[in-house]
Amino acid sequence: MAQKQRTRKVSRNPELIRGIGKYSRSQMYHKRGIWAIKAKNGGVFPRHDPKPKPESPAEKTPKFYPADDVKKPLLNKHKPKPTKLRASITPGTVLILLAGRFKGKRVVFLKQLPSGLLLVTGPFKINGVPLRRVNQSYVIGTSTKVDVSAVNVDNFDDKYFSKEVQKKKKKGEGEFFEAEKEEKSVLPQQKKDDQKTVDSLLLKAIESVSDLKAYLGARFSLKAGVKPHELVF
Amino acid sequence: MPFKRYVEIGRVALINFGKEYGRLVVIVDVIDQNRALVDAPDMVRSQVNFKRLSLTDIKIDIKRVPKKKELVKAMEAADVKNKWENSSWGRKLIVKKRRASLNDFNRFKLMLAKIKRAAVVRQELSKLKKST
Repeated sequence: MAQKQRTRKVSRNPELIRGIGKYSRSQMYHKRGIWAIKAKNGGVFPRHDPKPKPESPAEKTPKFYPADDVKKPLLNKHKPKPTKLRASITPGTVLILLAGRFKGKRVVFLKQLPSGLLLVTGPFKINGVPLRRVNQSYVIGTSTKVDVSAVNVDNFDDKYFSKEVQKKKKKGEGEFFEAEKEEKSVLPQQKKDDQKTVDSLLLKAIESVSDLKAYLGARFSLKAGVKPHELVF
Repeated sequence: MPFKRYVEIGRVALINFGKEYGRLVVIVDVIDQNRALVDAPDMVRSQVNFKRLSLTDIKIDIKRVPKKKELVKAMEAADVKNKWENSSWGRKLIVKKRRASLNDFNRFKLMLAKIKRAAVVRQELSKLKKST
């Protein structure tokens, strides 16, 4: 037999005003049928003794008590969730970056990472913007969309973009006088290949729309007489 | 020098200030020196100050304060909508609206088109200059 669907527990005592029910204690006793349950059970309300707990080993008294009471920090079960994505920003939207090295560049949005930042790519060949994380607040979402269904961005997350941990160098005296060997951080070949795979699929979608390639290659700027609050993006 | 567009019953006007900015209405009655009763097919009949109205060339044939149905019929008979949209004033307003609603991408395409057109014009001009 299928499990009985439990209907939501509705109170049998309708509220007249907050804190005051319609029925008195004795009326509620009758309504709940405690008298019938007692009658069925020989004048006593049925009682279930607690199940015998399995024997736990005897706990030893602790050896050490701290001198002063140690305050326990308050419990915080708050789990941060990624920032709410604006409704105008969907995968494939062309975004205008407003700050940073690439300000003014028009860029294709790929997905939102678990940290809340937006994963974005130029494509690199068109405007020099690589696969990059960008904050939603520094972005204008336009209404132009590119088809990104062919692109697979599942393997990109925040760890992919984390900085490499610098190994601490011990400075000996001799090394002070040597020309400081600047270790140039070379972009690993893996990242270059990832860029290429993502961009090749995107480029096909972009070239199918006329002028879109030139559009993505151009920077956005305000001209004389242009009022940003009246612009439709 | 003399006035050509008069405030009269049936005069079509454009509201140029306020909540109803940009609406084409018909003057159906004059309330006093400053106000008119105006009506449009998709609007509740209301009073409007003459200062908020810009008179157009279009006039329709109606009696003082017609019923909504009669107003709509008279507007259809005079073909107000088409006359307005084909007039130079009406066309300019339509272009203005279109320009304001342009997308960022469309603005970019417009810029490219303007550059192309200017290039063609300049070529022709240089040809003409060379020939003289």
